[in-house]
Amino acid sequence: MSDWPLYEVFLRGKRGLNHVHVGSLHAADPQMALHHARDLYTRRNEGVSIWVVPAADITASSPDEKDPFFAPAGDKVYRHPTFYDIPDDVPHM
Amino acid sequence: MTGTRELEAHFTETIGHERRIEPRDWMPEAYRNTMIRQIAQHAHSEIIGMQPEGNWITRAPSLRRKAILIAKVQDEAGHGMYLYSAAETLGADRADLTDKLITGRQKYSSIFNYPTLSYADVGVIGWLVDGAAICNQVPLCRSSYGAYARAMVRICKEESFHQRQGYELLMTMMRGTEAQRQMVQDATNRFWWPSLMMFGPPDDQSPNTERSMAWGIKRHTNDELRQRFVDMTVPQASKLGVTLPDPDLRWNPERGRYDFGAVDWDELTQVIKGNGPCNAQRLAHRKAAHDEGAWVREAATAHATKHSGFAPFSSPNRPDQGSSKVQSEVQR
Repeated sequence: MSDWPLYEVFLRGKRGLNHVHVGSLHAADPQMALHHARDLYTRRNEGVSIWVVPAADITASSPDEKDPFFAPAGDKVYRHPTFYDIPDDVPHM
Repeated sequence: MTGTRELEAHFTETIGHERRIEPRDWMPEAYRNTMIRQIAQHAHSEIIGMQPEGNWITRAPSLRRKAILIAKVQDEAGHGMYLYSAAETLGADRADLTDKLITGRQKYSSIFNYPTLSYADVGVIGWLVDGAAICNQVPLCRSSYGAYARAMVRICKEESFHQRQGYELLMTMMRGTEAQRQMVQDATNRFWWPSLMMFGPPDDQSPNTERSMAWGIKRHTNDELRQRFVDMTVPQASKLGVTLPDPDLRWNPERGRYDFGAVDWDELTQVIKGNGPCNAQRLAHRKAAHDEGAWVREAATAHATKHSGFAPFSSPNRPDQGSSKVQSEVQR
């Protein structure tokens, strides 16, 4: 099995939703990965579309929340609508 | 040193806030190893768990029961796959896990070392064994390790079908002949105590419980879950019309729970050691399936290499175009 690469599986649960990561599996090639993904992750109509991606092709950020990688967004409260004081009697805002 | 202490503090804080640990987070080696062992053991149980019921697929009493049983056994395979996939996020290797199962270096649930002697066993496994598994597994949906917790959510949704199909099968048999009712009672007698053993040794003999609770690996003690299972199951048994084989089983109004008799822990120890009725058979069957599938895995790899120039885990050089062209022409 080790010589079958690992694929990450993404499912679109229904039309209108994004594909969401659901897990991984091993397969010899992408076509087999799709078939395995169907059998493994959609036995009860959980998806209308499947993506499989070789795990080795994914580049990921470090998961640590304290990572300075995400620091640039930390001090920019003015990007949120609640930063702005608007009187209550201004309608539709 | 300070670095490790900081990382450890961050890990402890994350767990303290009921946040999940995710695959690439720093974690203590003992946490990683315990988690891999638990997930692997769980995965192995699902895979070995296909055998006792798979035994009856060809002899199902109707097409309806056969379709249900196939779906159920297929689910067990799926659960094993979700779990192996979760174990791999911690750095475990799939082939290595399979090897550890086959060579007996990792365990699986003791319950699957008991034989299935009649079709009523299929029903009782769904009712009692999957019922006990649900008791064990629902709290694991809140495991501190994210990938395991997510796999458990998926598994628990599907286990509910397993339990209900079992109970319905038994209700059907109980409405049948006296011989059928006797089969249900006999299966209940054989599976009741092994089901109670599924929760593991009593709390005072479970040395790692404290740390596992602190780390969010375990959410309740073995004895708590066992009691919960008994309390849930007694009314189901009486509704079904079977007797649970325990003369000491009775309602305790002071505790508001059922008292039950002593479990034979020596039997559990023996089964875990490999001396249960079916240990050798289960492992031999799993090994044979793995060995006999080797050519399929090799052929699929060869096919993939030839047709897409995709050579997994080897040199990035594509196979020469000439030969793959010849191959595709041969196919045409």
